[in-house]
Amino acid sequence: MPIVALDKDYAKKVEYRDNVNNFHGNQLTYVHWEEHNMFCSAIAFPLPPAMPFGAFVSEVIATHYAAHPDAANIDWSKVEWMIDGKKVTPDFDKSLAENGMKHKSLVRFWTPGLNGYKGTYS
Amino acid sequence: MAVKKMGLKQKYAHLTRGLDWETSYQKMDDVFPYDQFEGIKITDWSKWEDPFRLTMDSYWKFQAEKERKLYAVIDAFAQNNGQLNVSDARYINVLKLFLTGVSPLEYQAHRGFAFTGRHMRGVGPRIAAQMQSLDELRHFQTQAHTISHYNKFFDGIAEFQHMHDRVWYLSVPKSFFDDARASGPFEFMIAIGFAFEYVLTNLLFVPFMSGAAYNGDMSTVTFGFSAQSDESRHMTLGIEVIKFLLEQHPDNLPIVQKWVDKWFWRGFKVLGLVAMMMDYMLPKKVMSWKEAWEIYFTEAGGSLFTDLERYGLKVPKYADVATEMAEHISHQNWAVFYQYTHAAAFHTWTPDKEHLDWLSEKYPNTFDKYYRPRWEMWAKMDEEGKRFYNMALPQLCQTCQIPMAYTEPGDPTQISFRCTEWNGEMYHFCSDGCKDIFDDEPEKYAQSWLPVHQIFQGNCGGPTVPDVLNWYRLNAGADNMDYVGSPDEQIWNSWKGKAPAEAAE
Repeated sequence: MPIVALDKDYAKKVEYRDNVNNFHGNQLTYVHWEEHNMFCSAIAFPLPPAMPFGAFVSEVIATHYAAHPDAANIDWSKVEWMIDGKKVTPDFDKSLAENGMKHKSLVRFWTPGLNGYKGTYS
Repeated sequence: MAVKKMGLKQKYAHLTRGLDWETSYQKMDDVFPYDQFEGIKITDWSKWEDPFRLTMDSYWKFQAEKERKLYAVIDAFAQNNGQLNVSDARYINVLKLFLTGVSPLEYQAHRGFAFTGRHMRGVGPRIAAQMQSLDELRHFQTQAHTISHYNKFFDGIAEFQHMHDRVWYLSVPKSFFDDARASGPFEFMIAIGFAFEYVLTNLLFVPFMSGAAYNGDMSTVTFGFSAQSDESRHMTLGIEVIKFLLEQHPDNLPIVQKWVDKWFWRGFKVLGLVAMMMDYMLPKKVMSWKEAWEIYFTEAGGSLFTDLERYGLKVPKYADVATEMAEHISHQNWAVFYQYTHAAAFHTWTPDKEHLDWLSEKYPNTFDKYYRPRWEMWAKMDEEGKRFYNMALPQLCQTCQIPMAYTEPGDPTQISFRCTEWNGEMYHFCSDGCKDIFDDEPEKYAQSWLPVHQIFQGNCGGPTVPDVLNWYRLNAGADNMDYVGSPDEQIWNSWKGKAPAEAAE
């Protein structure tokens, strides 16, 4: 639905607040470790699209989830990935962009056998 | 000759007489440019019923009397060191949340009703909106004055207005009101007058005021009593608005229904802060959020919407989802603040065993299964010296701006993710309710000022946590972090003789 506004030109005057150009060469990336809701929500990072997926995993994901007791037991070769709603097998040597990630892409991952503190999804 | 005193009804007739004259130098549509573009059709403004018929003269007398009493109580409270009589210093955090999150909304409501009062061409709603505008300004002032006493002793209070405009979680209530005030005057009346002041108000004021009473905060209780007669007038205005719009023209129904759906959902999400306050922050509990929801929404709202059925208005969309979420929302919200305590302007704590038992009893279907283990895990980590802080920033919902911490309806183990692609860009939402609101007016919500994204864009004082806290005017080490170990705890314990009092200098 187009917006109902007093100004007929409202749509032309919209300031797209989170346009990718506002992020100094980075693109927004969201990531969430499924079945580990100790982390209250997905977490957000501004990342260069040329960053290799492998570096994203080791430098960003592994670092920020390290506080969880399950983190030490993650076998990254068995992790199941979903990017923007599609199950995928990312190529760790290729960049985020080459793995199909865009500005504001959401990466969800499952760690089979690990489902939170005492299996409670926490 | 003796002048006969006029009755209230006569006075009101004189007060409003001729106020709705037809302008001749300017076109009426130029004088009232805002009351038609929303598509609402009004055929007869004189059908507006104002049951209060309050004149400015009686308004002034009545309010002055109430405020004299309120300020007498506030003075007495200060002279008697009333802060010593609250249940526990943890309680003060409820006031911090209220002052930073809710009081500035009173001011926004003041401005919103002043605008609405100016721009409705009917005289009845103009007078009513003007009165409410004055009430809201008074409420903002009296709340600030009531709570200012605590500012002498406790942290996190002094910069409330500045924080309201900047702190990440305060963008939730702030953007809620910005949204309403950026709407047309009829939508504003449905958003604030009906959805907030009528349908949801008891879920805001009753918990805070009974919370104050249960926890020995007599000054805030007195404020609550003082505001009560105004609130009943606001509720009457809210219900009057909806009946008037629905009676005026059948074309108004789908527009009004859409607004009721939207603002019920927007309001419900904001009230998640109250849910958390009731279940986690009150040292002496009043009732659980789930119980409050059953009484004030399921029962009271149920009979309201049965009454409105004759106009064709239905129960708000997703009311059933909100009712299911009443099992979860307080736990999920307190968990957000627990892990982001370093960036909150009030203190957090882990619920102790007695508190956990109370939650288990109040939430028998869900607490032991999903949330108790989480608190026990965090308590254990804390004991091992590994208190959990989430050092990444959370993904926020584009509409309600809350971290996307809510779970799928029917599955509390999975975060609920919703997404829309619009004009070549993705937008993320916590729920179908928030996604629907965006999809209806994407041009509006593409402009959301999301605190997390603003930090990444470099608009919030700098890239590090201390930079951002400084920009918030949040006094790190005093305003934030856990209650245990805080200066608030220290002063409280020194008053209560729990720890050696500081030596006099």
